Amino acid sequence: MLVRAEGLYKVFGRRTHDAVERLRNGTPREQLDGATAAVIDASFEVRRGEIFVVMGLSGSGKSTLIRMINGLHDATAGRLQINGQEITTISDKKLREIRRTSISMVFQHFALLPHRTVVDNVAYPLELQGVGQAEREARASEILDLVGLAGWGDKLPKQLSGGMQQRVGIARALAADTDILLMDEAFSALDPLIRREMQEQLVELQQKLHKTIIFITHDLNEAMFLGDRIAVMRDGRIVQIGSPEDILTDPANDYVEQFVQDVDRARVLTAANVMEKPITVVADGAGPRTALKTMRDAYSSAAYVVDRNRTLVGTIEDRDAIKLVRKGERSIASIIRKDAVTVGADDVLMDLFIPSVESKLAVAVTDTDGHLVGVIPRVTLLAALGPGPGATEEITIPAQPVPTTVIDQVLEASEDGEPLAASALGYEEAR
Amino acid sequence: MLENFHLPIGVWVSDVVDWVRDNLKAVLDLISTVVSFLVEGLSDILTAPPALAMIVVLALIGWLVRSWQLAVGTVVMFLIIIGVDQWETTMQTLALVLIAALVTVAIAIPVGIWAARNDAVSAAVKPVLDFMQTMPALVYLIPVIVFFSIGVVPGVIATVIFSFPPGVRLTELGIRSVDAETVEAGHAFGAKPGQILRGIQLPQAMPTIMTGVNQVIMLALSMAVIAGMAGADGLGKEVAAALATIDVAKGAEAGLGVVFIAVYLDRVTAAAGAPSSYRGSLLGALSRRRASARDARADAAPSSPEASTMPAGSARELV
Repeated sequence: MLVRAEGLYKVFGRRTHDAVERLRNGTPREQLDGATAAVIDASFEVRRGEIFVVMGLSGSGKSTLIRMINGLHDATAGRLQINGQEITTISDKKLREIRRTSISMVFQHFALLPHRTVVDNVAYPLELQGVGQAEREARASEILDLVGLAGWGDKLPKQLSGGMQQRVGIARALAADTDILLMDEAFSALDPLIRREMQEQLVELQQKLHKTIIFITHDLNEAMFLGDRIAVMRDGRIVQIGSPEDILTDPANDYVEQFVQDVDRARVLTAANVMEKPITVVADGAGPRTALKTMRDAYSSAAYVVDRNRTLVGTIEDRDAIKLVRKGERSIASIIRKDAVTVGADDVLMDLFIPSVESKLAVAVTDTDGHLVGVIPRVTLLAALGPGPGATEEITIPAQPVPTTVIDQVLEASEDGEPLAASALGYEEAR
Repeated sequence: MLENFHLPIGVWVSDVVDWVRDNLKAVLDLISTVVSFLVEGLSDILTAPPALAMIVVLALIGWLVRSWQLAVGTVVMFLIIIGVDQWETTMQTLALVLIAALVTVAIAIPVGIWAARNDAVSAAVKPVLDFMQTMPALVYLIPVIVFFSIGVVPGVIATVIFSFPPGVRLTELGIRSVDAETVEAGHAFGAKPGQILRGIQLPQAMPTIMTGVNQVIMLALSMAVIAGMAGADGLGKEVAAALATIDVAKGAEAGLGVVFIAVYLDRVTAAAGAPSSYRGSLLGALSRRRASARDARADAAPSSPEASTMPAGSARELV
């Protein structure tokens, strides 16, 4: 555990310790006269290398919480450990040392120094660490390249757009080369399109750098997109901690549930969350008769073919299988088509629509080794987008259409003005 | 009932003044020596070269920080001063004002910084500043003359007291209005308080502090006549003499000198406080050349950020 918080409290105002005692005894937050409780009994752990998102509306205490992690706010009560080192009780000098070497921060309004050039802003943490000028400028330029600002180092911050300024803010935090990165509403001041781009860039950077990121946001979509785990805060308390899917599919209370109603589920839920057990699957060693039976039982015109390790080989179609049966062939190898449409188990639903349209079968979901792990019929994809607890559960596929031959018989019979033929009714009963 | 009510505040103040004069003589003498040395030294330097050479120097300073128009105006104004025969007195007043302003700024800025960082100090300093600014200048001239007798020193001291408040107030204001997030950033990256002051607060507060310096100089000039009454040589003394003899002509000429110095110092210090707003100045032209060289280098860089960071994900989503 890189960051471990246990029963953290932050109370502003008068008689703060008194207020903590009263909160512990169950006094509601609104009834503390003269004291304002910003963070109440917060306990959480952040694992090395994950993006831990703290999500809540303004006034929920999330900004106070993040500032307690690097000691910009003292904790009123509780324990907070960074890398096993207790933060709440250390001296100012030690705290500055930790800020220089272990925790850096990205701010909502960038907080760049307006009188310094971009490269000098990025080099600022290195300057505080006592790195020599030549080296820190070299390293700052390197990091500017990394965030896509190569060549902008000599500009002043005000000459850059908001998105670029925040890249400088991120570059500055990265320059400090700390394990932990605190990001306080880092993208909230940016335009939606730029915000999206920055979120994607952060994910990309994270794949390269493997920092431990604590990200504050009021935007649930952002939280869902970035977070490996999310802590939802309300009125100073953490009401739920879990993976984005947990929060979405199993909200801890009405508050979280209301919140997730607005989430863009297509960008959060993954193929693995909604996929179903594949039914129309034929082993590549099977004969055309078996294949045809499988397809008939599933009312499907095609089936996936897998090998002995369940690696997806391709698809077969019923027409081809019928021909083989008529020819009396024993193997389906000759009719396997390599046109299976596959998606990864971690792909978000957003990326499944086009494959789903293009696929003749329910889209195949494969793991990283190419094994068939599930399928997603179009109805399942559609149902997953709606709210409600049933969205990610298996759904019953509506009744299959009556075969055309039967319909033709029925129509023929009724045109003659005669009562329906028993054979037509018999079909329904047989089902 | 109140006819016997009497507070001998005047007597108390007078007693304190007498005590200081009698017991702190060494300190007062030291101040007196240093101040008169500085003012007379600067005055000698200003009047030593030929007046025309001095005017050229002043005009060049004007061009350097502001514009060629100010340089031309400077030449015209100071030629008029020579024309009305007030060159020497003008330079004496300039010396007094500059030294007084220097002393004021040297004390006011540290006090302002202290007040900005400490609410208790701020609360304590405020009424003192109000007192200094509103007490009629002639009133505190009296004890100052008691301490330093007639001459240039009481003029400087009275000027310092009068022009002190805006220096403190604008320094405090400047530092307190620095973007709190940048200060927080300094803390978050582990800067010490001194590093935050020097690296973050002072640079951003500088325009406001320079406005304060400008105000200090303007108030110091407005004290020139009072200083003249205390016996300091210069335009103030001329004005005081003209007042005593009801000499309109002399009063007008000396007064014009004060106005011209005021205009000159105001324009120069205002421009020095906000160098980027004066693109016509020599300094501005120099920094523009540096900046364009910088931009040329930046534009020659291989990639623009938009192009290089278009992430794979967003391209995929556009499909």
